[in-house]
Amino acid sequence: MTVVAIVGAGPAGLRAAEQLVAAGLRPVLLDESPRVGGQIYRQPPPALQRPARELYGFAAPRAQALFDRWAALQPQVDHCPGTLAWHLQDRRLHLLQDGLPSTLRFDALVLATGATDRVLPFPGWTLPGVFTLGAAQVALKAQATLLGPRIVFAGTGPLLYLVAWQYAKAGADVRAVLDVAPSDAPRRALPQLLSRPGLALQGALLLARLRLMGVPVQRGVRLLGADGDARVQALRWQAAGQTRSTPCDAVAFGHGLRSETQLADLAGCAFDWDEVDQAWLPRCDAQGRSSVPGVYLAGDGAAIRGADAAERAGARAAQALLADLGRPVPPPTPAPPADERWRRALQALSPLPAGWAAHTPDELLVCRCEEITAGELRAEARHSGAHELNRLKALTRIGMGRCQGRMCGAAAARLLAHAAGVPLQAVGRLRTQPPVKPVPVQALAAAAPPAMPVPEDQRDD
Amino acid sequence: MTEEAGPQPAAQARPDPPGGTSQPGSSRSLAHGKLEADVAIVGGGIVGSSAALFLRRLGLSVVLLERGLCGASASGVNYGGVRINGRAPVQLPLALRSRALWEQLPALIGIDGEYQRSGHLKVARSEADLASLQAYADRVRDVGAPLELEMVTGAAFRRRYPWLGPRAIGACWSPGDGHANPRLVSPAFALAARAAGARVIEHCEVRHCSHDGRAFVLADGQGLEVRAPWLLNCAGAWALPLARRFGDDAPMSSIHPGMAVTEPMPLFMDINIGVEGGGIYGRQTGRGNCVLGGSRGDARDPLHAQPRAAAMAELCQRIAELFPPLAHAHIIRFWSGVEGALPDHQPVIGPGSRHAQLLHAFGFCGAGFQTGPAVGEALAHWVAHGRPTVPLDAFGIHRFSSTTTLKEHA
Repeated sequence: MTVVAIVGAGPAGLRAAEQLVAAGLRPVLLDESPRVGGQIYRQPPPALQRPARELYGFAAPRAQALFDRWAALQPQVDHCPGTLAWHLQDRRLHLLQDGLPSTLRFDALVLATGATDRVLPFPGWTLPGVFTLGAAQVALKAQATLLGPRIVFAGTGPLLYLVAWQYAKAGADVRAVLDVAPSDAPRRALPQLLSRPGLALQGALLLARLRLMGVPVQRGVRLLGADGDARVQALRWQAAGQTRSTPCDAVAFGHGLRSETQLADLAGCAFDWDEVDQAWLPRCDAQGRSSVPGVYLAGDGAAIRGADAAERAGARAAQALLADLGRPVPPPTPAPPADERWRRALQALSPLPAGWAAHTPDELLVCRCEEITAGELRAEARHSGAHELNRLKALTRIGMGRCQGRMCGAAAARLLAHAAGVPLQAVGRLRTQPPVKPVPVQALAAAAPPAMPVPEDQRDD
Repeated sequence: MTEEAGPQPAAQARPDPPGGTSQPGSSRSLAHGKLEADVAIVGGGIVGSSAALFLRRLGLSVVLLERGLCGASASGVNYGGVRINGRAPVQLPLALRSRALWEQLPALIGIDGEYQRSGHLKVARSEADLASLQAYADRVRDVGAPLELEMVTGAAFRRRYPWLGPRAIGACWSPGDGHANPRLVSPAFALAARAAGARVIEHCEVRHCSHDGRAFVLADGQGLEVRAPWLLNCAGAWALPLARRFGDDAPMSSIHPGMAVTEPMPLFMDINIGVEGGGIYGRQTGRGNCVLGGSRGDARDPLHAQPRAAAMAELCQRIAELFPPLAHAHIIRFWSGVEGALPDHQPVIGPGSRHAQLLHAFGFCGAGFQTGPAVGEALAHWVAHGRPTVPLDAFGIHRFSSTTTLKEHA
């Protein structure tokens, strides 16, 4: 039997499943969350159920359509919720489902692994009360909890405004929205924003509503630091030459999104530098075929395009997969050129702060897991002449902790490129090693065959 | 979901290894032109870099060529054990000299490399293993090596090491051993050699080599040519092509030790641990992370290794058994590396059969990190004074060529 696996049950993964089911296959859908929807349409536990309108705002019709479709598909899909795909080797996924190990051999695989916040840290970001935008959204959507009560949203990207509005609408005391993108970014991004006029209009409405609710929105901001003793008490920032401090109980921040590419890396996919996302991304064709036969990429895990484009990409990747299996499929849906323009629009709207690396003080903690400061990274780059990220990792432990660089990698790469005086892409990317996320010793031990004597040539003693 | 039966499909072709060709971070060397030196070294691992450093201290000029980055292969990704306990008696003079060098690491390379003289405990899981450890301790004492080994058994063993699992029944304690961070130590040897005046050229792969009657001539095929009357072959698991070029050979294979590291844990294990019979070893860093090894990985491509999935489970099983405090710890990374190994578990160190000024030093079978500094020093003295600092006769490459020699003579 042909085994087709999908990793990720967000918009891309669900639409891929839909196509596969339509072709008569029974895909295996693996996801870390207990319920489908991904990050964008994250669902609360059944006991905390709230109306879609309340959870997803103007995206509610899309979310509801996806969930309705899923309800019809579910009986024809092997859905494995609460399942971490922690390794991929030789066409086999290694899984941990509710603490129990298993493996899944696949013939074809759709990686719809999504994205997480791109984090460019600022002084004080490790204080209790400072969260990522994604975490703030999880608190709201999954746990019906508001961070705060007084909260400041900072950073850049569409999520900044979306989460701020969701909080404001849910009754939070949103003290400010501080965008580090230049004030003229929306004007510059306008031509590309018009590639999806509906979405652009929604963005504009969001901003208007925030202002109507009396939330101050400031662009062209430089984040100076979160202040507080035991926890955050104020966010200090600078705009138009003036320094201000906004008292608050919580800060949620993020600088756009970064693709989750570890499984693609473990699968052996080739990576290319992507100018738009300013990141190394797994190579794939317009249909989502990676450089490894049988491995397909879709959604934000392939490049940041947003949820709507992810739905289309998921369907396309599944169609490519079916065609490659020799199954009769309708002619593949071409990718609308607007998807690519929208991707550029998103980045033009929220460029990363120029000079972030130059402005970052030496004492800033860049890597929370291993407690490494910007100054240590700079000093090591100077001392050793390292200008490659894996070398810096070996010498400083940056990216070697629990997150394996998923949180600190973007910042470390920028600091290294700045210190070495080379373009960002020239420092390369962190090599992925399993596990994708930490796994308990005991759980993996359960997967081992009964203990055998160590072969003579492997004694290592 | 359960494991399906049936054979494992063959590995996919991997067009681009991570960190491979599409990464400008690994750009080619920019060295051009003709260089002359007293000694050319191929391979910037701990052995080659240490040799470069000691050669400079003896006043000789050195060019070191490294295909990738110095100290980034086996020398940089190994477990980090710095122990003599259990090493074959034939290696003891070298290992003891190296221990003396490890004790003065900051003076040698400018950093302590997280070296800790923690001691090493080799654990027995059966009476037979215990007897074997006792026999080793007796043998070491008989040859007069000052290892100060101590057998620990019974209640004293349990009292001293309460955190070891119940299968451990006794051990051989070696107080002078320790552990260090290979990611820091090995590159630091190369940096120290460079600071001492060695010409260290990274991202430079030797593609042509010959001897013109007076000197060795090495070229990277991209405009760099190095001439030197002495050549040190310190290319680790990749040393055979160079050896064969000059008429030498050895039955070296590549091994890929499987390793893992946990999240930081409360400090409980203040010593370096091994086991009689092998399969598991462990140490805890000052930050609390436990570095653990055992089992095997696979070659991913000629330059890289990857941990083998089944072996990860096997390693975790051994971890949980030997170190109960780690049963619930999270593994944050598995990795492997490529190391040269020879059938008699001893390295090749010594001159080539046709060129007395070609010195091989490779195939350390897992002992290269501890012995590396002393091997480099011995090679440097060999070049400068015509003899090594410690006896190396047992490690000559000729030990593998007796049949060839007989055939040639027949």
